[in-house]
Amino acid sequence: MMWALVLLPLLGAALSWLVPDNRRRVWVLPVFSLVHLGVSAALLAHTPPPSPAGWIWLDPLGKLVLMANSVLFTICSLYAVGYLSYRLKRPNRVLCASLLVCLSATSLVVISQHLGLLWIALEATTLTMAPLIYFNHNARSIEATWKYLLICSVGIAIALLGLFFLAYSTIVAKQEVSLLLPSLIRDAAVLHPGWRHAAFIFLLVGFGSKMGLAPLHTWKPDAYGEAPGLVGALLAGGLVNCALLALLRVYQVAAASTEGALFQQVLLTMGLISMAFAAVFMARQSDFKRMLAYSSVEHVGIIAVALGLGKGALFAGLLHMINNSLTKGVLFLSCGNIHRAFNSKSTQFVRGAIRRTPWSAALFLAAFLAITGSPPFAPFVSEFLIVSSAFGQGNHWTGGLFLLFLALIFIGMASTVLPVVLGEVPADLERTRYRDAAPTVLPPLVLMGVVLVLGLWIPTPLQELLHDAARLLGGEA
Amino acid sequence: MNSLADQLLVLCLLINFAVLGTSRLAFSVRCVAVQGVLLGTLPALVHPFSWHVSFIVVSIILVKGALIPILIIRAIKKAEIEREFSPFIGYIPSLVLGALFTSVAFIFAAKLPLAPEHEGLLIVPAAAATLMSGFLVLMGRRKAISQVLGYLLMENGIFLFGLLLADAMPVMVEAGALLDLLVGIFVMGIVINHISREFSSIDTSRLSALREE
Repeated sequence: MMWALVLLPLLGAALSWLVPDNRRRVWVLPVFSLVHLGVSAALLAHTPPPSPAGWIWLDPLGKLVLMANSVLFTICSLYAVGYLSYRLKRPNRVLCASLLVCLSATSLVVISQHLGLLWIALEATTLTMAPLIYFNHNARSIEATWKYLLICSVGIAIALLGLFFLAYSTIVAKQEVSLLLPSLIRDAAVLHPGWRHAAFIFLLVGFGSKMGLAPLHTWKPDAYGEAPGLVGALLAGGLVNCALLALLRVYQVAAASTEGALFQQVLLTMGLISMAFAAVFMARQSDFKRMLAYSSVEHVGIIAVALGLGKGALFAGLLHMINNSLTKGVLFLSCGNIHRAFNSKSTQFVRGAIRRTPWSAALFLAAFLAITGSPPFAPFVSEFLIVSSAFGQGNHWTGGLFLLFLALIFIGMASTVLPVVLGEVPADLERTRYRDAAPTVLPPLVLMGVVLVLGLWIPTPLQELLHDAARLLGGEA
Repeated sequence: MNSLADQLLVLCLLINFAVLGTSRLAFSVRCVAVQGVLLGTLPALVHPFSWHVSFIVVSIILVKGALIPILIIRAIKKAEIEREFSPFIGYIPSLVLGALFTSVAFIFAAKLPLAPEHEGLLIVPAAAATLMSGFLVLMGRRKAISQVLGYLLMENGIFLFGLLLADAMPVMVEAGALLDLLVGIFVMGIVINHISREFSSIDTSRLSALREE
């Protein structure tokens, strides 16, 4: 049953490769993503026991990521049908196949309990994203693709070295040699400290660069800026979660060893640095898609801060992971619509979008308010919980800096978003074909609804799942 | 451990210098391919015979010694370039830095807390030196193909370290990692091809449209 998560999308990819017609091929995406969503829901309701060798299992952390990714992917694939109908001239065979292979690889990341297998799946997600970022086939997108490919490949290679160090620390400590998560957690305290220490640092750098924690985020603005909105949504909402899950696996091992506190300290620092970077570069950003990339740097920073704080903040950090990925979905999809309607993503030309694309502009504005932590949307809840946990632990510096950066980012982001949405429409505006229509507006609208509901009420099963997951990270006794 | 394995590791180290010191891309590709083949034969010498080991040996030699070089040579032919021009770090400084890194690797490896059965082996210093040389090529060169070669050298270094834990790595994981590497080089080859078509050059320092002002 769990293998279906991985194999079904692969089947879909093969099928979409075989369909000869651009217009019909697109429909493979929603069909297979809905099936994937169904399988995920069934697995969340009745989780099968781990596979005999212990490689494959869906633990609470995996469940959370699976849930967020599957929902986001379904929304994006429904949106893709509408989006690609505007771009029928461009062949979309590679796009459709890569999207589905990517879904398969992200599912493999979620269910693997063997760190080697997880590494392979994560590297596969990196590779499948490259053709997606390059969808527009122009000079700027190839530059972005090259930077992305090189930085992420090197980062992931460093993570592999970190995994080797971790395995070697079991050899030096004369334990059973294995990269299976349960056995690593069991032996964490007795592993050789030197190698274990080196392993944690290399893994943090490797997975951190894939996740886009500052100062390893340099590929992010380019990749997010040049990729189509729908790919940006998956990068910022889906792949970030996979890299984060890899980091959480390391966190689990670190928390079980004696180095948990040090690992947390490093995460806290990197998180605050990420937020600071985002606050600086967000201001006066003239490209609204690049601005979203810095917002993504900010939010992986927020999650890292929550992980660094530990204890009660872990629950909030995991909740924020879900909130961030759903809200990023709305942001990227609606800003993709605005980009289509104005044929530009520079704030110089895109003004007063509310007149040309009222729905998309309103969604963009609402998602901006949500992502910057305004009530009543979901990110407000998680950010509030993180801040109150920081002050509750007596960590006033972290809490204060966190609030300061949030305020700066709000101002910086508002100075870009408000003119785009509400400003004076430029007189000599280029004529474009795109206007708001149900196929490209409904998917982000539904997602926005979910973000709003999660802000008002978190269903009990989700709450229990979050508590279970936080417990895995050593958060609550 | 036998002396043949040590000699092969020394050869690996020499190949690092060959790559660091040359501007000819096709020659570099061949060097990295030979290093891949050496790397592939090492598990057979270090570990006792088993189907697991022989599978690894065959697949590493096939991927690193044949498939990847073919992909890169094809990219070079399509881009119609032969040499690396004016690298960020020149060839002589590269060689000097390479020598420095290699000696540091040896000093460093002697101090590492290795398992008793691995003490006094050349594997760890060779792995560290190859990794550093890879970084040097990656950072120091302009051409996209040179950067890919640097990445491959780095990977070779990591694989060398992996020799110490052949028992810990299940076949599936090693095969998966190799497959990822192969697909990665394949994708990079395609991207290089597009870069050369778009910019009529594969000089990555021209990729600067997206810089933050």
